[in-house]
Amino acid sequence: MTHYNTIGKDMDVLVKDQGSVFGKSKILTYDGSFNGFLTAVFKVYEEKITVSDIQRFGEVQNALFADNERVYTNNEKAKRVWKGIQAKNQQALKNIYFAFLSEKKGIELMLLHYIQKMFVNKASVHIDFSDATVLKISQLSKSVGREKHRMEAFVRFQLTKDGIYFANIDPDFNVLPLISKHFRNRYADQEWIIYDIKRKYGLYYNGSSMELISLDMAEVYTNSIRKSDRFLEEEYDYQTLWNNYFKSTNIKSRINKKLHTQHVPKRYWKYLSEKKAI
Amino acid sequence: MSFERIREKLNILADAAKYDVSCASSGGNRKNTNNGLGDSSAMGICHSYTEDGRCVSLLKILFTNHCIFDCAYCVTRKSNDIKRAAFKIQEVVDLTINFYRRNYIEGLFLSSGIFKNPDYTMERLIAVAKKLRLEENFNGYIHLKSIPGASDELMYEAGLYADRLSVNIEIPTISGLKLLAPDKKHEDFTKPMRKVSNEIIKYNDERKIIKTTPRYAPAGQSTQMIVGATGESDRDIMYSANHYYKAYHMKRVYYSGYIPVANDNRLPSIGSQVPVLRENRLYQTDWLMRFYGFKVEELLNSEHPNLDKDIDPKLGWALRNLDLFPVDINRADKSLLARIPGIGMQSVAKILNARQFRRLNWEHLKRIGIAINRARYFIVCDSRHWEYRDLPAEKIKGMILQHSTSKYRSLIGSQLKLFNS
Repeated sequence: MTHYNTIGKDMDVLVKDQGSVFGKSKILTYDGSFNGFLTAVFKVYEEKITVSDIQRFGEVQNALFADNERVYTNNEKAKRVWKGIQAKNQQALKNIYFAFLSEKKGIELMLLHYIQKMFVNKASVHIDFSDATVLKISQLSKSVGREKHRMEAFVRFQLTKDGIYFANIDPDFNVLPLISKHFRNRYADQEWIIYDIKRKYGLYYNGSSMELISLDMAEVYTNSIRKSDRFLEEEYDYQTLWNNYFKSTNIKSRINKKLHTQHVPKRYWKYLSEKKAI
Repeated sequence: MSFERIREKLNILADAAKYDVSCASSGGNRKNTNNGLGDSSAMGICHSYTEDGRCVSLLKILFTNHCIFDCAYCVTRKSNDIKRAAFKIQEVVDLTINFYRRNYIEGLFLSSGIFKNPDYTMERLIAVAKKLRLEENFNGYIHLKSIPGASDELMYEAGLYADRLSVNIEIPTISGLKLLAPDKKHEDFTKPMRKVSNEIIKYNDERKIIKTTPRYAPAGQSTQMIVGATGESDRDIMYSANHYYKAYHMKRVYYSGYIPVANDNRLPSIGSQVPVLRENRLYQTDWLMRFYGFKVEELLNSEHPNLDKDIDPKLGWALRNLDLFPVDINRADKSLLARIPGIGMQSVAKILNARQFRRLNWEHLKRIGIAINRARYFIVCDSRHWEYRDLPAEKIKGMILQHSTSKYRSLIGSQLKLFNS
């Protein structure tokens, strides 16, 4: 535990030194994982380098006067950075992780600046909403949190003939890691899969433990009226009942389509059985 | 089960239940146990929204729409010529479980018309909840309606299985109730309410000593009032809401703009507009009471028995109390910040945090997200620019309205006319 506690101090010193380091700035490339990003942060401090960007490997855009350097993910180093931030502030750690999952272009560099700010200052910088970077990170974290909550709401399971409750999604942000706990707690006694078709990976819970899976999906299962033979007939009965319920519970004299689409944006409709055109 | 028959029942009994606006599924604090089904320990989730923009969180149905009462405002009243249906206990259980497993809902909201007598009806509702909890190991959210006139013993048993209990007071004034629901007594509503309230207090006390005390209605109770059916003032409504919050520790009071369901000369005729704007202003007032530290008497009193339609109640209050402004954003305490028009509680929290680092100016406030258009007349910040003129309230109101685009703009004109006539 002790060496984790000192990392914060080390970082303070390093950041102060950085101002005096002249020299070419580097572009770091990493594998796109959160641990990869944290390893890059570790490298910045360890080698006292100035970076002009941190980019996903394979998406590099060459800046004219910058060197590229590949960062190899190292879980131990990543963990040290994680613990270092955690020792500073738990909420900031959450903001960093959530904002990272937004996959916004340039998020890595912004997060590096955020982390650097944290370590130069004694006070809890993460609540300084008059600072543009801090406010932006906090807003991004909020957007990702909102998408997480939407997925907890909009996932629609369909019961397959193998007895697995299956749902496919394509969320705006990479929220699958954030929703796994929620679904495991809730559907502890049934087998289920939630698959992110945009990022091509999913969660599979077999009734007792969870694993990450990757499927060869020939077809996306939307709320089309065409029935797939993968699902039980009973499944379509319940979809019809739900669809009916949804219509019956609407009060026509209070119709407010604008509010409706504000709460349920159109991009999610294709997965919602209640929006099926029966 | 016969699918077509279930489908027909569901349509009838969901349609009849939709006038109950409560949709909360939070505050249950019921964790998944024994690897069972469901968990309602976290915040509530709206799984969908109907085309009228209301949240769909629970499977909200009546057990039956047969009813021995003839309340004028109610769609299932005895004298109304509509299709009637009744579920079997197992049918409600199956629907709930199968909807829940597909992630359609957070749980069940079960209400009912009153058939035979109140106790007979209440027993059926309890039987559904009991079966879900004990046989299906269901830990999702259950909201049961307390049937007016149900016995204390049944109200106690209901609380053992339900997360929330509610009885709708519907008509805010006793005189209104006499007019529209002559068969029901005011005490029929308050008796189960009182019993539940007492049981919750008792549970909280006993829990401190005996940890295994059976849990009782962890999400508390709520009620609903119909707005615009009997010509009551906003003051009548909010004073009685305040009473229910204080005397019965209500978690929520809901306000439901009256939707005409009958041609009855005691009520607004079918086709009259639903007072959604008024309903919205009442909810704003409710929030100001519960989260912003306002007393109901500050917002509504004998001089101002009704809320302004064209501006929100906080702005209305501020314009009547201009002597308290301008407030210094960089110095004022939390309770005063919360009273500034255009600043919500989230912005208050951000301001309190941010101003520890530097004095805030207009640019900071704008980015934090406060509504400058409304707030600018009431604050000073780290800037030489502020509204130093001593403007009269009417003038400020005019300037704010000129620059605002209320989503209710189209309604304000027409509903104002309605209320003035």
